[in-house]
Amino acid sequence: MKTNDKTPLMRVQGLSVRLGGREILKSVSLDLYEGEMKVLIGPSGGGKSTLLQCMNYLILPDRGEIELEGRHVDPHNARELCGFRQQVGMIFQDFNLFDHLTAVDNVSIALRKVRGMGKAEARERAMAELSRVGLSDKARLYPAELSGGQKQRVSIARALAMDPKVMLLDEPTSALDPELVSEVLTVIRSLAQNGMTMVMATHQMGFTRALADEVLFMQEGRIIEQGSPKELLAEGSGTRTLDFCSQILEVEGCTP
Amino acid sequence: MNETLTVLLDALPFVLQGAAVTVTAVVGAMFLGLFIGVPLAVGQVYGGRAVRFVCDTYVWFFRGVPILVLLFLFYFGLFNFIGLNLNAVAAATIVLGMTSGAYQSQIFRGSILSLPKGQLKAARALGMSDALAIRAIILPQALRLSIPGWSNEYSIILKDSALAFVLGASEIMARTHFVASRTYQHLPLYISAAVLYFLLTWAGVAALRVLEKRVRIKGYVH
Amino acid sequence: MISEELAFLLQKLIPALNEGVLMSIKLIVPSAVLGLALGVVVGSLRAYGGRFFSPLANGYAALFRGTPLVIQLFILYFGLPNVGIYFKPYTAAVLGFIMCSAAYHSEYIRGGLLSIRRGQVLAAQALGFSTFRTLVWIIIPQAFRRALPGCGNEIVYLIKYSSLAYVVTCFELTGQAKIVASETFRFSEVFMVVGVYYLALVTVASWGLRRLEKRLEIPGFGH
Repeated sequence: MKTNDKTPLMRVQGLSVRLGGREILKSVSLDLYEGEMKVLIGPSGGGKSTLLQCMNYLILPDRGEIELEGRHVDPHNARELCGFRQQVGMIFQDFNLFDHLTAVDNVSIALRKVRGMGKAEARERAMAELSRVGLSDKARLYPAELSGGQKQRVSIARALAMDPKVMLLDEPTSALDPELVSEVLTVIRSLAQNGMTMVMATHQMGFTRALADEVLFMQEGRIIEQGSPKELLAEGSGTRTLDFCSQILEVEGCTP
Repeated sequence: MNETLTVLLDALPFVLQGAAVTVTAVVGAMFLGLFIGVPLAVGQVYGGRAVRFVCDTYVWFFRGVPILVLLFLFYFGLFNFIGLNLNAVAAATIVLGMTSGAYQSQIFRGSILSLPKGQLKAARALGMSDALAIRAIILPQALRLSIPGWSNEYSIILKDSALAFVLGASEIMARTHFVASRTYQHLPLYISAAVLYFLLTWAGVAALRVLEKRVRIKGYVH
Repeated sequence: MISEELAFLLQKLIPALNEGVLMSIKLIVPSAVLGLALGVVVGSLRAYGGRFFSPLANGYAALFRGTPLVIQLFILYFGLPNVGIYFKPYTAAVLGFIMCSAAYHSEYIRGGLLSIRRGQVLAAQALGFSTFRTLVWIIIPQAFRRALPGCGNEIVYLIKYSSLAYVVTCFELTGQAKIVASETFRFSEVFMVVGVYYLALVTVASWGLRRLEKRLEIPGFGH
């Protein structure tokens, strides 16, 4: 959770996106430093998910620039794009595990087919990642046989296997039953504590308060407020963030 | 080009008469298939071991043997064997109907099986006999659900009916072939016949869609 | 008790039918393989072809599914000579079978491709898979499993409609039977035997298909 005041690891400048006739992102910028954990909070439709999907060009922004380690990426160059995405991992709300592959194959397939690793080496690495998320005994099971929490942990293992420089997490626990949320948060917490650079959209306030280096409140495609959790979520601070948080108090069980 | 057009126009009434024959055969086969298919389906779903074996065998036979072979088998063979002297169209209709019965039974079977088990339970609880329950509760629903499948079956029978020409039935194919062998305008004639079948398919499917709307039960959820 | 006449008939019939089976297989195998291959192309175009290729592919499928196979065969064998193209009976039959079965296969392929949830593609892209690799390693393995029952069934149908080669004077199983039956006037017996041949082929093929489906089964991957 250290912050480096040198150059940011990833820079996003002036991202604007128009989808289905509506402006979803309105000139959004942020600087991501190595080891930082940034959390995006805000009402649905605010643009959090779109922002994350723009950051690895799953959605092409109409305007704006993205830099990773000081280098621009041309999203229209297939090779550059794929190379870029290998360095930026993404966790989806709906897990999106490959249904036709076992857990261990889900983790190893990108190593084999994108990185060109040998079968045995890829398998070894995949099993190591699965252990890291506590699922080595489920390696041979198919997604349909796993619980939601297990699926999400496998998807984290899958992303980690690629040694990404940055991890983007799009509401990783929103689709989970309440009793399964903590197993996923535990994994994410240990990633953060081990220095992974992350941007996460979430409604988990307690988690945010404990681990976020910076909180960004997004609404209607803009970053309305930005600051440390201490600043934005302090009692009586009167921030919009705090306002929003207390609205979802009952749902997520956070205390302002 | 001009010659082709004249030939086509001259042949049109002749071939359209064949269309009447085709449609008669197809409609006949569909209904025969219905009368065979429904009991088969009921037998396969609700019957005891012996009944199910007979039904399954019928379905296996008529779905496994090609139509062409069945047409030859019955028209030149079995019908004569049992002393039934049928003309080609009638024979073809019966064979197509028996085959369709096998396929239709699977459509109805699927529909029956897709109904909630509670329907039959409730009927029995009211004191209905199984036969009554099937007639009054199960089939009215299952048959409505089967209309899309029936629509598909129509287009299949329509295409299979073209084979009746090998028996000498005077339907579209036979008449087109007749004109073609006299005028040598094979290509335009067969393409026109194809268009005719296309139109007949479209008309039939549209008619069945109208039927579906008319028998629809308001708010029926499945 | 097999009467002498029947025995004589079988002596004449079985060799003819076996010759016919050989021709049937020569018709079925290339038609099945190439028909499926073409069906994959057409189905893919129907699902992903975009504004130009999709309608074309859809039109092809509608045309070949909406008209009787007999007419398609007649056009190939009797009709094309009008424009100077002459096919041998075997060629016309195989071409007709390929094009017709491809149209049906394309329906199942298209369904299989479209049934893949978008999230899978997103996940593959997020991991850095190129479009081609996503297609090969993520989409096709799943689409193939979904399309298998339909495509398999279509091949079983092909075994049956290979009998139509008769109408373009290609003598496979049915054609040979007709010859023997016409000579001996024993239609019932001959065509019962032929029926048995086809039942055997169809039953074995169906059994094989079910075993293949079982082998490729993945838990929770139904539809």
